[in-house]
Amino acid sequence: MELYVFVLAAFVGYQVITRVPPLLHTPLMSATNAISAISLVGSLVLAGANRDSLSNWLGFVAVTAASINVVGGFLITDRMLKMFRRGDAKKGGGAPPLGPGAPAPSATPAAKTPAPGGPGR
Amino acid sequence: MNRELFIQAIYLASSILFILGLKSLSHPDKARLGMQQAALGMVLAIVGTLFHHEIVRYDFISVGLILGTVIGYPLGMFVPMTAMPQRIAISHMFGALAATLVGIAEYHGYAGHVPRPTMAALGFEVLFGALTVTGSFMAFGKLQEFITGRPVTYRGQNAVNISLFGVAIVLFVWLVVRPENPVVFFAMIGLALLLGVFMVLPIGGADMPVVVSLLNSYAGLASAATGFAIGNNVLIICGALDGASGFLLSIIMSKAMNRSFGNVLFGAFGAPPPASAAAQAKDLTVRSISPEDAALQLGYANQVVIVPGYGMAVAQAQHVVRELASLLEAKGVTVKYAIHPVAGRMPGHMNVLLAEANVPYDKLYDMEQINPEFEHTDMALVIGANDVVNPAARSDPSSPIYGMPILDVDKAKSVIVLKRSMNPGFAGIENQLFYEPRTSMLFGDAKSSLTRLVGEVKGL
Repeated sequence: MELYVFVLAAFVGYQVITRVPPLLHTPLMSATNAISAISLVGSLVLAGANRDSLSNWLGFVAVTAASINVVGGFLITDRMLKMFRRGDAKKGGGAPPLGPGAPAPSATPAAKTPAPGGPGR
Repeated sequence: MNRELFIQAIYLASSILFILGLKSLSHPDKARLGMQQAALGMVLAIVGTLFHHEIVRYDFISVGLILGTVIGYPLGMFVPMTAMPQRIAISHMFGALAATLVGIAEYHGYAGHVPRPTMAALGFEVLFGALTVTGSFMAFGKLQEFITGRPVTYRGQNAVNISLFGVAIVLFVWLVVRPENPVVFFAMIGLALLLGVFMVLPIGGADMPVVVSLLNSYAGLASAATGFAIGNNVLIICGALDGASGFLLSIIMSKAMNRSFGNVLFGAFGAPPPASAAAQAKDLTVRSISPEDAALQLGYANQVVIVPGYGMAVAQAQHVVRELASLLEAKGVTVKYAIHPVAGRMPGHMNVLLAEANVPYDKLYDMEQINPEFEHTDMALVIGANDVVNPAARSDPSSPIYGMPILDVDKAKSVIVLKRSMNPGFAGIENQLFYEPRTSMLFGDAKSSLTRLVGEVKGL
């Protein structure tokens, strides 16, 4: 049953990813990296379960490592995708500066932190 | 039971959002929104998991999440685009580390009584996970240049690597048969860690796109194996997506270099170049050109094709490139960019850099699109690219890169190559292009050469 899911997902992934143009291969890489940080799901259970302290600690490090990828991965993907723009919009002069401040886009990924922390307390 | 159903429904929704997110990457206009949906999917999955019946304490979870966010935020927001390859490499390490640690904790939790199918999944998970942890760290070190970017080779290297891998597989099989021995388990992890180091050592800078893609795939497979081990479908799905993506990218990269996987991993490119090619080059002379003349030729061209390579990234010259292009366009010159699939140190590296410099993406052309155009191109401007424009790949069967698809810049009416010096590029392969009568060399750091070109073009 699980192998079935795996093969199906790999097939879907293959179909979807062959259509990604070389133009976006770097964002693709950072995106899949962020998505595969879903192993956070497994780490969370370990860190929060009442097994023994070794499991908790291993889970804790795993949660940290995986959430680095979730937060960093989605942010950097967004930052890259924001830069890709079409030429006909307006050419030349008006090159908008790329500050790291990023007001609107950071809203989505930043929401991640308070959300899981919230039900915790 | 209801709670379990609820979590599964959330996981299903996340999986769909992830797939839609990846699908949106087929077009740059929709990509951003799609990836934001994928991020939403991730938030859903995390929140859903917190309802898991086994979770009773939140101290480790919240500190871990906060710490991860604090470290992840600068990694996402402040890393410069030129450092993207090493940034991606290190994130593979984090992903694989999480998978490996979960694997270790699960094994520990079973206290030796692991059912065989679970043991197979766990073994696979820690084997690939541990290998990816050190492998990615090595790749990171090479890209960040605190480990030498040149291939490190020694006699019998392949034999050592293959036998290490063989022993790891034997231990894996042993574990599946007799799961209760933790010594075997940890020996396998240690071996996998070593293997990761040894695997990346012989790989040189220009092969990094393949390796980074391959490690991407391994990190995904380790996640998928985690899913098998703990019976979690969303993990299996995401791991499979990541694994498929990395695998596909490594195939594309290998093809772009006309090399097989095995060749990249085991055929270290460090061998000295054939003496004939080097000697042959000695008799030839190069023509160097002054920035004034180069600017003149550029300014009066109809079509200019810019060919960026890793040298542009090293010199951080992408912004000056765009400035030059804008000036030329203002003079009525058509400017296009030719991107070779393995230009730079990771798939799509050049595209991201040029996009950062505000080059519109419809001016970035893939190899297949641009190659027929070189014949009608007055001037090809090669900036810090070498092997990807070496005509020997087409004509010289004795060349180590023979057969690799290249950008046909030598078909342009004239070529200007911006290069630091006449040192041959990676692996010391001589480039015939530099000696062609229609080629001129503009020596110096790419950025300062371009800045001078900009000044000259302004004065035209």
